[in-house]
Amino acid sequence: MKTDDVHVSFKNVQKSYDGIKLVVKDLNLDIGRGEFVTMLGPSGSGKTTCLMMLAGFEPATQGEIMFDGRSINNIPPHKRGIGMVFQNYALFPHMTVAQNLAFPLEVRKMEKAKIDEKVQHVLDMVEMGEFGDRRPAQLSGGQQQRIALARALVFDAELVLMDEPLGALDKQLREQMQYEIKNIHEQLGVSVVYVTHDQSEALTMSDRICVFNDGIIQQAASPDDLYERPENSFVAQFIGENNTLTGTIDTLHDGLADVTLESGEKVSAAAIKVGKVGESTMLSVRPERVIVNPDESKVPFTIAGHVQKLIYLGDHIRCRMTVAGNDEFIIKMPNDSEDRLLAVGEDVRVSWKPEDCRALDVI
Amino acid sequence: MVEEAVSGTSLLKKLRRTERRKKIEAVGLITPLFVLMLIFYFIPIGLMLYKSIDNSQMREIMPHTARAIEHWSGKGLPDEPVYTAIVEDMKVAYPNRTLAKAGRRLNFDLVGFHSLLSKTGRKLRKLKGPPYKEALIKLDKKWGDPRYWTVLQRGLKNTTLIYLLATLDLRYDDKNNITHVPDEQAIYVSIIGRTIYISIFVTVLCLVIGFPFAYIMANATTRVRNLMMIGLMLVFWTSLLVRTLSWILVLQNKGVVNSILMWAGLISQPLDLVFNRIGVYIAMTHVLLPFMVLPLFSVMSGIPSYYVRAARSLGATSIVAFFRVYVPQTKPGIGAGCLMVFIQALGYYITPALVGGPKDQMLSYFVAFFVNERVNWSMASALGLMLLLITGSLYLILGKHVSITNIKLN
Repeated sequence: MKTDDVHVSFKNVQKSYDGIKLVVKDLNLDIGRGEFVTMLGPSGSGKTTCLMMLAGFEPATQGEIMFDGRSINNIPPHKRGIGMVFQNYALFPHMTVAQNLAFPLEVRKMEKAKIDEKVQHVLDMVEMGEFGDRRPAQLSGGQQQRIALARALVFDAELVLMDEPLGALDKQLREQMQYEIKNIHEQLGVSVVYVTHDQSEALTMSDRICVFNDGIIQQAASPDDLYERPENSFVAQFIGENNTLTGTIDTLHDGLADVTLESGEKVSAAAIKVGKVGESTMLSVRPERVIVNPDESKVPFTIAGHVQKLIYLGDHIRCRMTVAGNDEFIIKMPNDSEDRLLAVGEDVRVSWKPEDCRALDVI
Repeated sequence: MVEEAVSGTSLLKKLRRTERRKKIEAVGLITPLFVLMLIFYFIPIGLMLYKSIDNSQMREIMPHTARAIEHWSGKGLPDEPVYTAIVEDMKVAYPNRTLAKAGRRLNFDLVGFHSLLSKTGRKLRKLKGPPYKEALIKLDKKWGDPRYWTVLQRGLKNTTLIYLLATLDLRYDDKNNITHVPDEQAIYVSIIGRTIYISIFVTVLCLVIGFPFAYIMANATTRVRNLMMIGLMLVFWTSLLVRTLSWILVLQNKGVVNSILMWAGLISQPLDLVFNRIGVYIAMTHVLLPFMVLPLFSVMSGIPSYYVRAARSLGATSIVAFFRVYVPQTKPGIGAGCLMVFIQALGYYITPALVGGPKDQMLSYFVAFFVNERVNWSMASALGLMLLLITGSLYLILGKHVSITNIKLN
């Protein structure tokens, strides 16, 4: 799927609406042909603005956007040939489903017979073959979503932009549509730029995720990289669940950092984004990577923990405890038959493998 | 389940009782308004419209003749009893001065009747008889003309269609058939046509000006939108008369527009902009513009911007996107606006009367003319009925496609 062929490329793109504040600060991103790239971030982080610049609805204040190797900064939206799926579907309410799908072909002056054929084909592709004569208002949310998708694809766009397309659907339908969109993407081999603020959606669908915050791509990586190896504290906290502890760096060696926590306890972590010895750092460790009451001889360190609350979740047990002054320290324990159930109020020792904990910047 | 089966009937009763109470409350709330509407709206309008066919006054003036002439076959001349009856009626009506009223009414159907009745009335005392037939014909040979008797028989029925026919330039001929009036007397059809034409023209002008106005307003910032709204509403805050008269000041030969154009050297002689059709169009469009803009604005502000964006992303130029995606969605607003402007324009009176010339007067002007000048309420209400019929049929035709009740004014 992924090739080295660059399809879209942002080069030093900046965007400001008011001339004072930059909404997008120096964006550099290459999107490969056939790649499924997701822009993920909190609202106001600049992800939708990037999409709008790519679609041509917002001009870039500075920098260049390249599409198929040529700059499209001065090309109006209708000449870009980029398909787009809107958050609210934006199906034309005064047209039937078939007329909606025929619209992009009619404005391209395609022959009537060819149009009918293509419309039927794309309707069949989204399994809505019978619905051509309906009005959008007569369709359910999921059906409207499929038609919106079909409309973005019917004119053979090689790049499809999706702006939170599943935001209005309920959870179950959303998961089904994620699967279908992914399927269509793989079938057609189109490039997709997908904007969402739902991280599980991003993790499920994407080849690559760009995490946006404050107008900057914090990290662009594959879903597993992003989860396992966040490069800064924002990404670590934004993607998945995370425990954070702050401390000062004692030593740095072999890519590891020895850190003294605020409580005075000493731990080790992988040095990812740290300053010099003596500076503070934020440690980030996933709840499922924390080891409770380990064999002290097999781990480099242990620190004290006090169990505050236990929540039984069937497949795992979630435990909130106080560790090094952090009352919100979460541990996920698999519900296996081993006898190591904890009790509220119990004092335990916790530890982790140094490579499972990442020493990152302080935010 | 058992409990339900046992209490099933009483449950239904209970439900009905509570529903009934709700209904009574609702009816009770509506009744005062309904009675008010009935007394001050429907009944007066109904009575007014009935006047267009009402003819009972004639029977009151000539009760004997009315009874006697009912059985006349309409061929030749009526027999002696009819002549006797009319003389008796005239003997009462002439001193009461109601004979002149009857004369005016009959003159509307046949010119010459008014003078015939007043002449006969004057000489009634010298008339010898009974029998009166010979004497009357001797007095004026018109009494021997069957045309007058046909008109009289028609004129003494309880209802009459002559006014309604007159509004369509139709009348009864001597043989009681409906025919066209002579061309030189035919005016009402052309007035109705003119009224509709002016109304359509004004509606189109309002749409052409109002659509971009509403579009800009719907897409402007709150500040600009409020300013535009105030500008629009200003029209409502000044009296119709003041607005219309100010147009005369602006458009007259030495008015602002002509002065500017002449100062700019664009024209050497002042343009005739007022007291003609142009003045009527300008003033009426100005007055009616808000009724076009408000429904349009209401619909437009409900159309999200992403539709046009979607159309653009699908390959449509901004013009194609506008006309194929945006404009069709404003149809309810266009329909409601046009209907409101057109219906109001149909009934316009003051504006054309003040800024129009004699050839620019609309139907309402003639309604006022018949009420104020001719004191012919029947003709006035017949013209009013025509207006109501045009409006009603238009509403029935367009009402299916345009639901005025759906439009909310923000």
